[in-house]
Amino acid sequence: MKIEFANGRIVDPANGVDRIAPLYVAAGRVAAIGNAPAGWHANRVIDASGLVVAPGLIDISARLREPGLEYKATLESEMAAAIAGGVTSLACPPDTDPPLDEPGLVEMLKHRARSLNQAHVHPIGALTVQLQGKALTEMGELVEAGCVAFSHADVPLVDTQLMWRAMQYASTFGYALWLRPSDPHLGRGGVAHDGEVATRLGLAGIPALAETVALSTILSLARDTGVRIHLCRLSCAQSVELVRAAKRDGVAVSADVAVHHLHLSDVDIGWFDSDAHLVPPLRTTRDRDALRAGIADGTIDLICSDHAPVDEDSKQVPFAEAEPGATGLELLLPLTLKWASEDQIALPVALAKITSEPARLVGAGAGDLGVGCIADVCVFDPQAWWRVERSALRSQGKNTPFLGLEVQGRVRYTLVAGQVVHEG
Amino acid sequence: MRNPQLNANGELTHLLTLEGLPSDVIRNILDTADPFVSIAEREVKKVPLLRGKAVFNLFFENSTRTRTTFEIAAKRLSADVINLNVGASSTSKGETLLDTVDNLVAMDADIFVVRHAQSGAPHLIAQHLNTHGRSHVHVINAGDGRHAHPTQGLLDLYTIRHYKREFRDLKVAIVGDVLHSRVARSLIHGLTTLGTPEVRVIGPMTLLPAKVEAMGVRVFHDMREGLAGCDAVVMLRLQSERMKGALLPSAGEFFKHYGLTQKKLTLAKPDVIVMHPGPMNRGVEIDSAVADGERSVILPQVTFGIAVRMAVMSIVAGN
Repeated sequence: MKIEFANGRIVDPANGVDRIAPLYVAAGRVAAIGNAPAGWHANRVIDASGLVVAPGLIDISARLREPGLEYKATLESEMAAAIAGGVTSLACPPDTDPPLDEPGLVEMLKHRARSLNQAHVHPIGALTVQLQGKALTEMGELVEAGCVAFSHADVPLVDTQLMWRAMQYASTFGYALWLRPSDPHLGRGGVAHDGEVATRLGLAGIPALAETVALSTILSLARDTGVRIHLCRLSCAQSVELVRAAKRDGVAVSADVAVHHLHLSDVDIGWFDSDAHLVPPLRTTRDRDALRAGIADGTIDLICSDHAPVDEDSKQVPFAEAEPGATGLELLLPLTLKWASEDQIALPVALAKITSEPARLVGAGAGDLGVGCIADVCVFDPQAWWRVERSALRSQGKNTPFLGLEVQGRVRYTLVAGQVVHEG
Repeated sequence: MRNPQLNANGELTHLLTLEGLPSDVIRNILDTADPFVSIAEREVKKVPLLRGKAVFNLFFENSTRTRTTFEIAAKRLSADVINLNVGASSTSKGETLLDTVDNLVAMDADIFVVRHAQSGAPHLIAQHLNTHGRSHVHVINAGDGRHAHPTQGLLDLYTIRHYKREFRDLKVAIVGDVLHSRVARSLIHGLTTLGTPEVRVIGPMTLLPAKVEAMGVRVFHDMREGLAGCDAVVMLRLQSERMKGALLPSAGEFFKHYGLTQKKLTLAKPDVIVMHPGPMNRGVEIDSAVADGERSVILPQVTFGIAVRMAVMSIVAGN
């Protein structure tokens, strides 16, 4: 299949490209940009006037809920959501049931994903058996099975000695750890940011300290072991400051933020909206602004959706009992564009946060429209408005605090390895 | 964001929290309670305002006292009262909160009086009723988690107004475990809405919630400083499970710092009133000599509580 996107604005942050030019795709790869390859005959010419032609998005935290949690979502529903959102590569956390702690499970997941022939799926291995924080998993086997990194998902890692050993072991073999800083004790029992809103609503608080204390621990251990560390889901101003200082000191560390944390604060909990029950919790507007500044200046490297489809029954309960999380695969692009337009961030810079930057973590040559690269492409209309509604979402999870919001940026075509897998 | 307890005309249809209620709505409840106080002194203690209405006391958390006062209030209004101790029945069989509510609505409930261990549960029920075309069914919050206990807040306001007439010159101190107290939160909202110039909270840092000053209160850790010049002192109940552990070393040490004694009370104004939502822990947060003393209005609070709950039920049922 040979496809030509004509008249589109090609924005390829990995190669510093931002120009209106045709993009030629053949044999699953980018064949050329600008001038057609010799003897070019397109099977399909798509007029991309007014559209942006970008690398397919990479989301490093998208829960597919398989295996074990199919009542919340299935690979079919969430892969459809991914490509509808322009996401062509995603990494899935190990908090499935059972957790992704052995190679057979990872191979099965990869096999199931491949047979759907949609987005590329990169499993994240469980750092410890059953995510129980007691024994290391067989990391070597898991990497061979296709894991791109190891994490403890949102399960607190209580034993710091084990964390230290895990880092030493991973460092020995060059494996990456993606950890969300969360002190298991300081945040115990909490369901919302420990501040004005939680006080008013009578919700048990999670202090910012629960994140910063754990973050300091991780940074100290990472310095000691030299392990490749990626810090997941920063949520507060002080964390941004700690990471900024660590990077200044030359610590090899990267960090991400969930896209909802760039837009919302604890005030958005309103009268106990369980869709705003998230992990880490929504914090203050000051924290939100610090996260925005952190992603703009590169302290935070990338943005993810932290996609977590949750079934209705698990949300239609009092706030504290509600399962945390928000569906996000289809909102990653529009909410990133919203941040960019509000903070006057240039489009290529914004797109880098969801393409070339996360590509450094998952590898596999994604997030790059250079000639010869795999043709994972997201073509979107940056002007088109749409309303976030239950019926507009393909994800089985309709749980998002953005329901009812008008957002800009609609994916028109998604290509995975040169095949059009979504048209909208 | 519209306040979910008011209808499109700004009238009270649910009572979920005192936060965000206009002051005239609160004053109207207090005024409506006035004549109900005198009903209690009559030979026949009933009025027919809720005749034919069904009030369901839906208690997901045990409470004999609050349930009883709601029951008395509803019966004095001539309503049919059904007491459900849900903690012991359907939820233990796996039924969800909203399924329980739907079933009771199908039994033609008019008013739900809800107590729940989770903050926000009454909001969830009210929003469910509002969005499913059942807005004629009213929800009254009888205490949800740490969040709110609005009828207690109202009866506290009624008591203060009864003894002090107006709020505009008062200093009111709330003492003890504010962190876990829905009573404190509701009273703070009520007092600030009615224009009380100084609301104080007194307690150790472990028992005061984060940023509590954002609710419009002055924070004191020293009880003597906090009591100075106060017109009303509200002592909060200290739950026994908080008395030992990381929040407090012991009940004895708590009493030493924050227990109300006659001696400490002399720092307040001579005509100070002493209140407590009950049940009291004598010798933990309050000395018996104060609880039974001449400045105590703890028992009148209970009497006013019935009148205030009658007022709330009659108002929401009329809207």
